[in-house]
Amino acid sequence: MSLVVLRDVSFAYDGTPVLVDIDLVIEEGDFLAIIGPNGSGKTTLVKIILGLLRPTAGQVEIFGKPPAQFSNWDKIGYVPQKATHIDPFFPASVDEVVGMALISSRRQGSAKGREARAKVRRALEVVGMAEFGREPIGRLSGGQQQRVFIARALVTSPRVLFLDEPTTGVDAETQTAFYDMLDRLNRSEGLTIVLVTHDIGIVNKHVNRVACLNQKLIYHGDHAGFCRSDAFRDMIGHGDHLISHEH
Amino acid sequence: MNALFAYGFLQRAFLAGILIAVACAVLGVFLILRKDAMIGHGLSHIAFAGVALGLFLNVLPLAAALAVAVASALAIVKLKGRAGLHGDTAIGIFSSLGMAVGILLASLARSFNVELMSYLFGDILAIEPLEVWLSTGLAVAVLVTVWLNYDKLLFMTFDRESARAAGIKIGRLDTLLMVLTAVTIVLGMKVAGILLVAALIVIPAAAGLQVARNFRTAVLASAVIAVAAVAGGLALSIAVNIPASAAIVILCFVAFGALFVLKRGRGLPPASD
Repeated sequence: MSLVVLRDVSFAYDGTPVLVDIDLVIEEGDFLAIIGPNGSGKTTLVKIILGLLRPTAGQVEIFGKPPAQFSNWDKIGYVPQKATHIDPFFPASVDEVVGMALISSRRQGSAKGREARAKVRRALEVVGMAEFGREPIGRLSGGQQQRVFIARALVTSPRVLFLDEPTTGVDAETQTAFYDMLDRLNRSEGLTIVLVTHDIGIVNKHVNRVACLNQKLIYHGDHAGFCRSDAFRDMIGHGDHLISHEH
Repeated sequence: MNALFAYGFLQRAFLAGILIAVACAVLGVFLILRKDAMIGHGLSHIAFAGVALGLFLNVLPLAAALAVAVASALAIVKLKGRAGLHGDTAIGIFSSLGMAVGILLASLARSFNVELMSYLFGDILAIEPLEVWLSTGLAVAVLVTVWLNYDKLLFMTFDRESARAAGIKIGRLDTLLMVLTAVTIVLGMKVAGILLVAALIVIPAAAGLQVARNFRTAVLASAVIAVAAVAGGLALSIAVNIPASAAIVILCFVAFGALFVLKRGRGLPPASD
């Protein structure tokens, strides 16, 4: 089943093209990496899919509907690029941060009180943070905060999870545990994951689909095909701000 | 404190003061964490023009101030969102204009200068019965609106982008918060006066944030501090015959100072204010 479909999508900031004629389909069960050099439009593409930006041309469908008409946002989990750049003194407990995302469910009257707390607890268990529920979010390390934000993205039991550079500034050991957790969610829970990254090491080890951007979509397909593609050689050859970490 | 229960006007002042202080404190927590603490200061200056206009046109000053403050709050939201002006700039423009218009109207009609002073410095003990019930009703409406939108306001305050991605209409909530703030500032004028009402928004919330480990505690602590300051300020005002507005704001500051020192004494990190 196609969860996200983009047809001829273009986007420009003040007349400067950022994305040009993007055609992309995200299928259920994909672990898709959106890669490309800095400024290639990766984050912009995700924001267009989520309805945070409007494309200047083309069509976007998410679960069969344009973002403006889509209302069941519980099906979408999102961890933005600078999720951990929060005010460290914001007085929110881990439980409160994770529970924020239940707002859509509450609006529908399906998650109140004990039920909401149980959902928050389960989401924190998935990311191994259950014992930190009462801790202020600002007292956690960057890696722990990132897990909390993943829990917030998972608490509504989404069908697809969008992660934008989720391990920026996180140490290598925590990154390994983090991506192992994403692998588990994708393989065991069937969660579709869309990961924005410029870390080729993550791409090589974890994902099964790759979309390579540089204003245009220069490759979209499986990971093995990407490794044999001109796009891969071009990017490695030119050292286009791609990095490779061992995980 | 026995006098509080002996006179109707004191009971009404106490009831209105408590509810307005709670509304100020609750909104203050959101505003401080959004880095919008100065909006209270700006809207109070704008409300000055509304009060002067009301006195000039011989309509209820509170109603005129309410209309002017809400209209200006909406204009500030528009200027921030569409004209690309930084939030503080829009507030600065409208607050200066408000003071200028207020001074101009006061100058044109010299007869109401004394009444205008009661709004500048606040006089909750002289509050009219109609104003008491209007204030009480609006304060309850503000608190109920915040309660109904609490989760969305919290999410938006903490992480705007994720809140938008979760389907929350950020623009509508920004407008709602500004309108609620404008209403609350106008209500607070009678408690603390135009010159000091912003303190009711900022200081109890700043004090509550010193001790909070989570958001709910921050809101509750701020409300408790605000209620204690209003009750204590009114009692002090009656007991030693000092202006209630000054007593209330000084007690707010004492609470903030005590919690600030207590927190540093425990070696805890600074709060976000």
